Amino acid sequence: MKINLNINGEKKTFLIENNEYLLDVLRRNNYKSVRRGCDNTSCGVCTVLFDGKPVPSCSLLAVRCKDHEITTVEGIEKEAEKLAKHFGDLGADQCGYCNPSMALTVYALKQENKNASLEEIKEYLVGNLCRCTGYISQHEAIKRYLGDES
Amino acid sequence: MKVVNNKTHSIDGLGIMKGRKAFTDDFSENDSLIIKVLRSPHAYAKIKTIKDEKALALEGIEMVLTHKDFKRISFTRAGQGYPEPSPHDKFVLDEYVRYVGDEVLAVVGKSEDICNKALGLIEVEYEVLDPVLDFEKAIDNKVVIHPEKEAKEMFPIGFEPLRNIAASYKMEVGDVEKSLKECDYVIRETFYTQAQAHVMLEPHTVNARMDYQNRILIYSSTQTPFHIRRIISQGLEIPLSKIRVIKPRVGGGFGGKQAIHGEMLVAYVTNKTGKPSKLTYTRKEVFESSYTRHPMRLEIALGALKSGKLKAIDCKVLSDTGAYGEHALTVFMVTGSKVLPLYNKVDSVRFGGDVVYTNHTPAGAFRGYGAIQGNFALESAVDILCKEMKIDPIKFRQMNMMKEKETSPIFEIMGEGTTGTAMIMETCKLEECVEKGLELIDWKNKYPKKIMDNKIRSVGMALAMQGSGIPYIDMGAATIKLNDDGFYNLMVGATEIGQGSDTVLTQIAAEELMTSVDKVVIYSSDTDLTPFDVGAYASSTTYVSGNAVFKAAKKLKNSMIEEAARIFETKIEDIDFDGCKFKCISKNEELSLVDFSNQITYSHEQKQLQETASYVGHKSPPPFMAGFVEIEIDKDTYEIEILNYVSVVDCGTTINPMLAKGQVDGAIVQGLGMAMFEDVIYSAKGKLISSDMLNYKIPTRLDIKNLTTVFVDSYEESGPFGAKSVGEIGIDTPPAALANAVYNALGVRIKDLPITPEKIYEELRKKS
Repeated sequence: MKINLNINGEKKTFLIENNEYLLDVLRRNNYKSVRRGCDNTSCGVCTVLFDGKPVPSCSLLAVRCKDHEITTVEGIEKEAEKLAKHFGDLGADQCGYCNPSMALTVYALKQENKNASLEEIKEYLVGNLCRCTGYISQHEAIKRYLGDES
Repeated sequence: MKVVNNKTHSIDGLGIMKGRKAFTDDFSENDSLIIKVLRSPHAYAKIKTIKDEKALALEGIEMVLTHKDFKRISFTRAGQGYPEPSPHDKFVLDEYVRYVGDEVLAVVGKSEDICNKALGLIEVEYEVLDPVLDFEKAIDNKVVIHPEKEAKEMFPIGFEPLRNIAASYKMEVGDVEKSLKECDYVIRETFYTQAQAHVMLEPHTVNARMDYQNRILIYSSTQTPFHIRRIISQGLEIPLSKIRVIKPRVGGGFGGKQAIHGEMLVAYVTNKTGKPSKLTYTRKEVFESSYTRHPMRLEIALGALKSGKLKAIDCKVLSDTGAYGEHALTVFMVTGSKVLPLYNKVDSVRFGGDVVYTNHTPAGAFRGYGAIQGNFALESAVDILCKEMKIDPIKFRQMNMMKEKETSPIFEIMGEGTTGTAMIMETCKLEECVEKGLELIDWKNKYPKKIMDNKIRSVGMALAMQGSGIPYIDMGAATIKLNDDGFYNLMVGATEIGQGSDTVLTQIAAEELMTSVDKVVIYSSDTDLTPFDVGAYASSTTYVSGNAVFKAAKKLKNSMIEEAARIFETKIEDIDFDGCKFKCISKNEELSLVDFSNQITYSHEQKQLQETASYVGHKSPPPFMAGFVEIEIDKDTYEIEILNYVSVVDCGTTINPMLAKGQVDGAIVQGLGMAMFEDVIYSAKGKLISSDMLNYKIPTRLDIKNLTTVFVDSYEESGPFGAKSVGEIGIDTPPAALANAVYNALGVRIKDLPITPEKIYEELRKKS
């Protein structure tokens, strides 16, 4: 079947199977920043924004996205650059497999609550796992990003 | 130093954050044949018949591969020095399956869906065999896991497959029994460590296509591209020259990608069909069918004199390698060789034991391999001994631990499969590490505990050491070329797996060439285009590969100065190069690097300036650290909260202080996961229960309150700009430090990992 999506501000039509998950449709259509990690919504690396809210695309049927707005990190390039700078300043990036999904999630947090406390940051991002960094440097970088008005 | 030991962003952080194509599957062909593996439902069975006609009749199924399609060539999945110290006990596909999750057969088809359908249509008849699931009953069990005649050792490693022994080893310095008899205090304790899963976020994945020269081009998420190429060539009898392996960005390794996984099947299918193919593990396959950390039983005896002198250490280990013997011996060796020298003043030390086969998921390489298990036993035992002796555990350590300019006979005796290499500790700042750590955790005000309303706070600590590569075995090489416009390409075989090695190696080259990081463009891990490197393991990249980069940069700098001297028609001593320009001192003339490089590229006696250097370590200078944990235990639930973990590390010069801190922070949290809750759990029949990320829990960002990671001043002469390794050392101390803190809080000693509230409760109940 065909579905219309608004993806990163662009109207697109995708040919999909009715049992396909959004993650597979996106990767097949060259949105490679959205990645597979765990298969069951427990790691967060497949996160996209669905009408502005972070959701795991590995378990979201593509057909349910019909006529909705989907954002991948390519759609928030400037914000990703800002977050990358703060990650770089604090040495918070390692393998980076989860970084695009992290950028989307903290961007969504910024829209909701740019004054988020450390505890609120942790709560909001608890579904975004990282096995490399030990998290602490990320939290400091995210705090700086939330306060970055540049 | 301008570039080294300064804050430098990761060279790739921005592009990765922006989601640029970087990882293995980002480069797979859209029309790849999909490979799916049918995995064994039994812990041990012989395949009697396979009925695959219905699957083959499905439209879109290209082939079904069984053990009959492969010549019986035994190999090891372990990526390590060749010939490997791991037994060759694995086949691409075999008529025996040796654990739940072992490969039975593979289907190859046009899509995941079709392959999954095909898997459901295949009927396999098994002769189910009794499995060995208790590693303490593996030796001389009536069930033999590797009866096949092709299983072999490459050189003597104590391989006795008919006794279910993959490897064994023993050594003794002095006379341990005699020393123990002479001691005023002797403690004997038995510890258990569990299997741990790596849980790197990128699952194992590999894809292949035939290139226009009819060679197999493989993209693999691996820590060891050159070993992968060799193992494929040997296992499939394809000439090495026909295989090219590219390692793109890797989404975490931690040792889990230091072995061959789907590469053999992908190479076979693409070679056979001429079509691109790919195999990506599901998360369940990552858990069930890659490998774990080796579970161990460690029996340790320590003997000391009233004076506080530690006189003897006796350590007997039984290690469970699961169904295949990947890294069986080498992990075992590290349990002794990178742990016991911490206390080098003993009169005698004995270490030995066996690595046994069981019908569990295999065990293999994992960050801190062997060391974290040994460290938990030794550093717990030291606190137990101190309690017995009524001596302060810090003072006891300060008295007995390794110090600078000292050595241990163990270094010469124990290598990784062969004998080791004698060395003096040119840098060992353990004393500073301990002092600094005591201060940062505020030990004197917090040790041993503070009782609050319904909580108890306490502290605990442990020391650790590691290595920096494997001497005389690990080789790394680097090529640097000068381009027009005065920038450089750096080609290294070394393997960036997210730890930041591309950045660190770029910094080393830039420092030696007196330029900035943006003028050095690195390309790593492509078996066609980069020089050889063993890969990312054994804490070798900064030290071994870094030394190769340093040497190559130095050689290129010398060649450039020589060339400049020719241009100025003078001697090399008359040339002063500052990284930007060449100055002819006698003529007081200058030539910029940009003009120089353009000139030799386009207009005057043109040539390519390029140098290659390689490095093999002649020793493996250990980094050292002291780890201190402060915890809070709930008096009712015995839940443990980590308030702070102080790590004080001597890793020589930190080439990139932020990335070095990232390595330690990440390793501490991974080690705390193992110490507190990570556990690989099987059913009574040997089926993995913890096979997804809901049942196997890794630390989340709510689990850690604070990490305090600092480095002491240290300069290792043999390392590039004074560096030693930092990738593994961080993982070693958390289990023992936590066990010691729990003891300090509640007076109960947990001797089997992980340290859970339930175990604490049981111990308290037994005590009361």
